Amino acid sequence: MSPGILGKKIGMTQVFRPDGQVVPVTLLKAGPCVVTQRKTPSSDGYDAIQLGLMEYVKPSRINKPIGGHLKKASAEGVKFFRELRLRSGDSDIKLGDRILAEHFKPKDKVDVIGTSKGKGFAGVMKRHNFKGGPEGHGSMFNRAPGSIGASSFPSRVFKGTRMTGHMGVDQVTVRNLEIVQVDIEDNVIMVKGAVPGPNGGYVILRRAKR
Amino acid sequence: MTNASLKKVFDANKRTDHPEMRPGDTLKVHVKIKEGEKERLQAFEGTLIARRGAGMSQSILVRKISFGTGVERIFPIHAPVIDHIDVVRTGRVRRAKLFFLRGLKGKAARLKERT
Repeated sequence: MSPGILGKKIGMTQVFRPDGQVVPVTLLKAGPCVVTQRKTPSSDGYDAIQLGLMEYVKPSRINKPIGGHLKKASAEGVKFFRELRLRSGDSDIKLGDRILAEHFKPKDKVDVIGTSKGKGFAGVMKRHNFKGGPEGHGSMFNRAPGSIGASSFPSRVFKGTRMTGHMGVDQVTVRNLEIVQVDIEDNVIMVKGAVPGPNGGYVILRRAKR
Repeated sequence: MTNASLKKVFDANKRTDHPEMRPGDTLKVHVKIKEGEKERLQAFEGTLIARRGAGMSQSILVRKISFGTGVERIFPIHAPVIDHIDVVRTGRVRRAKLFFLRGLKGKAARLKERT
């Protein structure tokens, strides 16, 4: 059993449960993936597979080292590789195996790992949910961070103090999303709820750890 | 809705059996209600005062006056709980959102029939 699959976010929509309840869902183009490398305790010290998401890649974009690496798995056209650790008892996966969306069933739980949308240089209200000040009545303390520490003692700003700075483009994991539907024909997995990143962003679907 | 997969989900779940309805129309929405084991239909009759959203999330806002109190209900039009919708009467209006009806009652809240 594969510990996960790689995919691309397509977008969100909603579906209805048989009892009439509305379920917000995200469509993920999951796979087809290929096992491009098999890491074993004897050769690498741990048990893992390297997966590659098979898609169209311009031949000139594949350099010789990557091309040779893919040839071992008899695959072509892989841009996105990720490694997934194997759990004990999952050692039946071999180099060159294909992993498809149909290996996942509705009601399964997955963790979805993606890269969040970039927000640029963000202030403390957006970045750390600070309260800010009043907007009007002559207030000049609108979106400022306020105090960042005491004065003569300690005479410095503590490390890790929450301030303005770059926000987004972080790896974000959303745990325990339920698979609602699997479209085997198009390799599309529908998960309940939102997934980090923009439409078209790469994501990793990992079988839920707990 | 440009993506083929999103369109596929929409095409598989959408309802095509609803009549054409516009703001100002008086509708009778028959909703399936489960009571224990049995299922029955309940009708909600009122004026369509707004249509919202697109695709799967499209919904209608229906307003009626019940025992002198205004009642509004939102129906997602693709929901399977809706058995069917009847257009009882059409209304001629010049705007898409009829929120001005909330401030009117009785004779003033009437709408002319669309011809």
